[in-house]
Amino acid sequence: MSEYNFQILVCGGTGCKASESEEIRSSFVNLLNEYGLEEEVQVVLTDCFGFCEKGPIVKMMPDKTVYVRVKPSDADEIIKEHIVKGNQVERLLYRDPVTGTVVRDRQHMEFYKKQIRIALRNCGFINPEEIDEYIAHDGYMALGTCLTEMKPMEVIEQIKKSGLRGRGGGGFPTGLKWEITAKVPGDQKYVVCNVDEGDPGAFMDRSILEGDPHTVIEAMIINGYCTGASKGLVYIRAEYPLAISRLKIALAQARAYGLLGDDILGSGFNFDIEIRYGAGAFVCGEETALIHSMEGCRGEPTFKPPFPSVSGYLGKPTNVNNVETYANIPVIINKGADWFASIGTEKSKGTKVFALAGKINNVGLIEVPLGTTLREVIYDIGGGIRGGKKFKAVQTGGPSGGMLTAEFLDTPIDYDNLLAAGSMMGSGGMIVMDEDDCMVAIAKFYLGFTVEESCGKCAPCRIGNKRLHEILERITDGKGEIQDLDRLFMLSNVIKDASLCGLGQTSPNPVLSSLKYFRQEYEAHVKASHCPAGQCKALVRYEVIEDKCTGCTLCFRNCPVGAITGEKREVHFIDQSLCIKCGVCFEKCKFGAILVS
Amino acid sequence: MDMINLTIDNKPVVVVKGTTILEAAKSIGITVPTLCHMKLDDLGIENKPGGCRICVVEVKGRRNLAPACCTEATDGMEVSTHSIRAINARRTVLELILSDHPSDCLVCAKSGNCELQDLAHRLGIREIHYKGEQSSYRADTSPAIIRELNKCILCRRCEMMCNEVQTVGVLSAINRGFSSVVSPAFEMNLDHSVCTYCGQCVAVCPTGALTEVDHTGAVVRALADPTKTVIVQTAPAVRAALGEEFDMEPGTLVTGKLVAALRRLGFDYVFDTDFSADLTIMEEGTELLNRLKRHLEGDPDVKLPILTSCCPAWVKFFEHQFPDMKDIPSTARSPQQMFGSIAKSYFAGILGIKREDLVVVSIMPCVAKKYECGRDEFAVNNNPDVDFALTTRELAALIKVSNIKFRLLDNEEYDAPLGESTGAGVIFGTTGGVIEAAVRSAYELYTGKELPKIEFEELRGMEGLRKATIDFNGLPINIGIAHGLRNARKLLEDMRAGNSWYHAIEIMSCPGGCIGGGGQPYHHGNVEILKKRQMALYREDSNKAIRKSHENPYIKKLYEEYLGHPMSEKAHHLLHTVYFDRTR
Amino acid sequence: MSRIKLSDSAVETIKEVCMSFGNQEGELINVLHQVQDKLGYLPAEVQELVAQELNMSVAKVYGVVTFYSYFTMIPKGEFPISICMGTACYVRGAEQVLSEFKRQLKVEVGQTTPDGKFSLSCLRCVGTCGLSPVIMVGEKVYGRVSPQQVKQIIAEYQEGCPSHEAKSA
Repeated sequence: MSEYNFQILVCGGTGCKASESEEIRSSFVNLLNEYGLEEEVQVVLTDCFGFCEKGPIVKMMPDKTVYVRVKPSDADEIIKEHIVKGNQVERLLYRDPVTGTVVRDRQHMEFYKKQIRIALRNCGFINPEEIDEYIAHDGYMALGTCLTEMKPMEVIEQIKKSGLRGRGGGGFPTGLKWEITAKVPGDQKYVVCNVDEGDPGAFMDRSILEGDPHTVIEAMIINGYCTGASKGLVYIRAEYPLAISRLKIALAQARAYGLLGDDILGSGFNFDIEIRYGAGAFVCGEETALIHSMEGCRGEPTFKPPFPSVSGYLGKPTNVNNVETYANIPVIINKGADWFASIGTEKSKGTKVFALAGKINNVGLIEVPLGTTLREVIYDIGGGIRGGKKFKAVQTGGPSGGMLTAEFLDTPIDYDNLLAAGSMMGSGGMIVMDEDDCMVAIAKFYLGFTVEESCGKCAPCRIGNKRLHEILERITDGKGEIQDLDRLFMLSNVIKDASLCGLGQTSPNPVLSSLKYFRQEYEAHVKASHCPAGQCKALVRYEVIEDKCTGCTLCFRNCPVGAITGEKREVHFIDQSLCIKCGVCFEKCKFGAILVS
Repeated sequence: MDMINLTIDNKPVVVVKGTTILEAAKSIGITVPTLCHMKLDDLGIENKPGGCRICVVEVKGRRNLAPACCTEATDGMEVSTHSIRAINARRTVLELILSDHPSDCLVCAKSGNCELQDLAHRLGIREIHYKGEQSSYRADTSPAIIRELNKCILCRRCEMMCNEVQTVGVLSAINRGFSSVVSPAFEMNLDHSVCTYCGQCVAVCPTGALTEVDHTGAVVRALADPTKTVIVQTAPAVRAALGEEFDMEPGTLVTGKLVAALRRLGFDYVFDTDFSADLTIMEEGTELLNRLKRHLEGDPDVKLPILTSCCPAWVKFFEHQFPDMKDIPSTARSPQQMFGSIAKSYFAGILGIKREDLVVVSIMPCVAKKYECGRDEFAVNNNPDVDFALTTRELAALIKVSNIKFRLLDNEEYDAPLGESTGAGVIFGTTGGVIEAAVRSAYELYTGKELPKIEFEELRGMEGLRKATIDFNGLPINIGIAHGLRNARKLLEDMRAGNSWYHAIEIMSCPGGCIGGGGQPYHHGNVEILKKRQMALYREDSNKAIRKSHENPYIKKLYEEYLGHPMSEKAHHLLHTVYFDRTR
Repeated sequence: MSRIKLSDSAVETIKEVCMSFGNQEGELINVLHQVQDKLGYLPAEVQELVAQELNMSVAKVYGVVTFYSYFTMIPKGEFPISICMGTACYVRGAEQVLSEFKRQLKVEVGQTTPDGKFSLSCLRCVGTCGLSPVIMVGEKVYGRVSPQQVKQIIAEYQEGCPSHEAKSA
């Protein structure tokens, strides 16, 4: 960094890449060359800054100015104004959505204020394709400490002391898991990094791998050292091409530096990592299913015990952790278990990464200390609900989690509180819903997902979830009956109680939690054939209010199916047989002439 | 040995570490209902995917219910097998399974023998609270097996048998979630696959999803046709199992009642496949001795070991999977087919009728026999040597339909000439039996001496792979025995690699041999039943006056009057066959 | 099922892929990934050859292919359209976008248009929730898509030269 006076960091996360961050980067590079500034200014394509809502984001170093929603055509102005003249480009600065005031740098943005970044520490700061940058940010220091100064059990002790729990969903104490694998005798052991992140609406692990692949590699080597495994496997979704390519680059670099392979850092410890690809099966996030998938089989879970720690990949002791769990390890070693344990709550230490999405102003990737309240996350970091609408619920834990209402907004987020509230931590998806969201429809959405992703091995999950989904469909179609609510409740409880793996054991949570907190909404559907949120299409009818219609033809022109007829300046008419109830006419009408009933 | 103390339904129980809750409960007389689980102890066969969730029990301190079949008992465990919570879950799960199952029990082939139906009865299901979409798959009829997949409950037993036990690999779970089902690749029909029709999938299917093709109607029509002479042969293993269909103790020999019942049904002659089993020994034994002799003379082209060829599923197996070795098995036809060709030539001649007017029915413990009798090479002018092969179960159904009180029947004798047999023929029905029968004759024919002891204990048992060396008067003969095609595959792979130690090998597709055949009364996972059937056959053997095939007077007569001598040209034509490369 | 004959080069490709994984049964999923990458899809004949090379039953291969949604036995369209059905996209109207695509293309999810141009599939979170609802055509991501834009997006590809202007931001 020292040889340059300026750095321009362009977010290269998948979200920003989709919004032309690559083009932005090349505009900068081309223009800098043109102006002869290439010696002065370095352009770095980093990973996700987390603030996806405002992407593509460009960060200027060393002054830390953040520009949002940048376009390739803005590069010229940024160079001429910011770099050459030292003036910030006002129009590209972030504005606080509430006060409207300009925020010039990261530290002063509400989005970042309450975050503590451990797992995401390097994301957006370093070039993930350069091992030297990782090393410059204390990378592989923890590995050095472990291999040269600590015995495996001492490292495990530190992890245990830190209180780190698995970040993939279950929250099993990581140190204990390592200890079990370490103590099981075996000539060959494996450590596996689970990157089969499948929750719809979750992208934590992908972002870490894209932004900081070396931290995962470093942690896996430490894991191997502690457990006596000489081989690591990364099980990654094939749908993550960028993460895969960055991981491959990182692996090659680590090998070139002697950090993977034989006799690592002269310690006599041998370790290497291979990549295995998922192929689109959510259930493979379950560790036994993941292992079967790595073995080339159908990803069907098997009964535990035996746990993978005892009998896993190819029947050998196998330690499985997810990406975020691993990303915490080097920091725990570097900064100490006590430091880590000082963050968080009594039983949930450290931080948690969440993918904040849904009806919220600031969609993005955030990392907060455990114990932060939902209100802080949603209102302070997330900037509140979009369009000034009313908060209705927040869903954590994806299809395994539940919906939490406003009464839980001040609940500190940790494993046990979420579980007690009928949801779960899950891997970190956090979807915010507003008054326009129908909770029955959301429950149906999640069950539809579970039905799609159930492996089919055990009867309660295979058939039970299907039946739950059918009942929910009935209700949202206006064909439900009041007894359906009891059926949902009773069936959900049996599915939870009797299913083989974690998928089935948690799949009814969206139903149970919505039934508990939004029962009146279910009742409205079955008793009055009314969807209070106006979302259930079968229960909704769009009509033109004749008195209000001015005949502006806006609805006519926007209707995607041509269901609206009417001459200019005459009252329009919606053909109900053609209407697909998309609601566009309602959104577009400037005169409030569309009635939703 | 580590012992575990726990309580089940408040009763204390001590078990060896590693015991499941299910087994621990069983040891103190508590039966936890199961559905997908199946264990055949002595055969080393176990299916416990933990998928049906019927056996869930409540374990104190555990968050969710535990499947008794997969959960190991641990010290201090407090198990409640019939708590309200467990029963509620069990019943709900069963209702779910039933909600995706056709309710055509009244006309289902498996009615009365269906484990799902039994369970619904046992758990008192009177209503299905969760109705919805039912799976819908195309039914598939092959020459031997019918697959009605709408009745599949995904217990995965068939898949386990097809892959783990038989290594045939035709069946696999396919698709995912609600649409998952067990099927051949690309949902092809069984007759396009490498299925051997061993029928072990049928033998273990808890519901009517897998059943045999029903030929009882055709047999009844033949019996009713006054222009036809209809004769029947009964395979050895049938007599040791048929009684079970009439609530008799497993292992009860019903030979005499079987003959009587067949006469009541209207068969003109009741003969015994044991007769042609003796004939098989004459041919196969002679072939063994010929090859052995050439081998001892240093002939490099001679193929040893010789492999038995009486099991049609095994024949189809090597034709598909080891066609390069198709000249190693004996060319002798199976007893069923030897019977058919002798019946339609020699016996038709005795009766003075055309082969077309003689209908040969066989009663077999096997579903592959249905396929075997339809093979092109076992027909003359499109008239098959054996017209219909019924399973033991089909015969039982026929007896029941015909209002015959089986248990009250007096014993009757087989007809001559094709009904006379020896103890050697009887033991064909169990693993080890064919080779023991062969050794009894081959020893005496080779050495010219009388056997000092007829029983070869070293060839008996239930081990999947067994070997023994028999002293042929100074010449050590190495014998191998395999039942279950996985074991057969091992022997063949050794042989292919050129390191086989054997001179002769007996192979049976079904675990236990024909007593455990796919056409036998359902054992429902009780291996004791198979062992009792096996013992019954050895009992019948020891009760026989003549126990060596070459001493069967009617066999001698057949050679004198008709065939000449073993391996004669005529014998070759009528009693031997060729194998085909069926690589797919 | 209509049979196709594999070209010699396809046979060669498949054998090479299998060989590169040591013809190990345990590498089945890796093999299928690579073969699908190279051939576009996994018809029965391909699976049979893979089974033969890896010395395993074709039923097992088929069982794996049908388990994982990433594997397909139908050739994908020239322009595969994927709709993100992650929760973030769902709550922001992905379902309406999907039904509009179905309506316009007259195909269901998992199908390809008769002219082979478009295939329609759903995928789970692409991870660009900031742009939700998101769709992908090939590798190209479209963010904040509304049902009204669907026609326009399809039109871009029907003419054969996708323009870059249509991308919404």
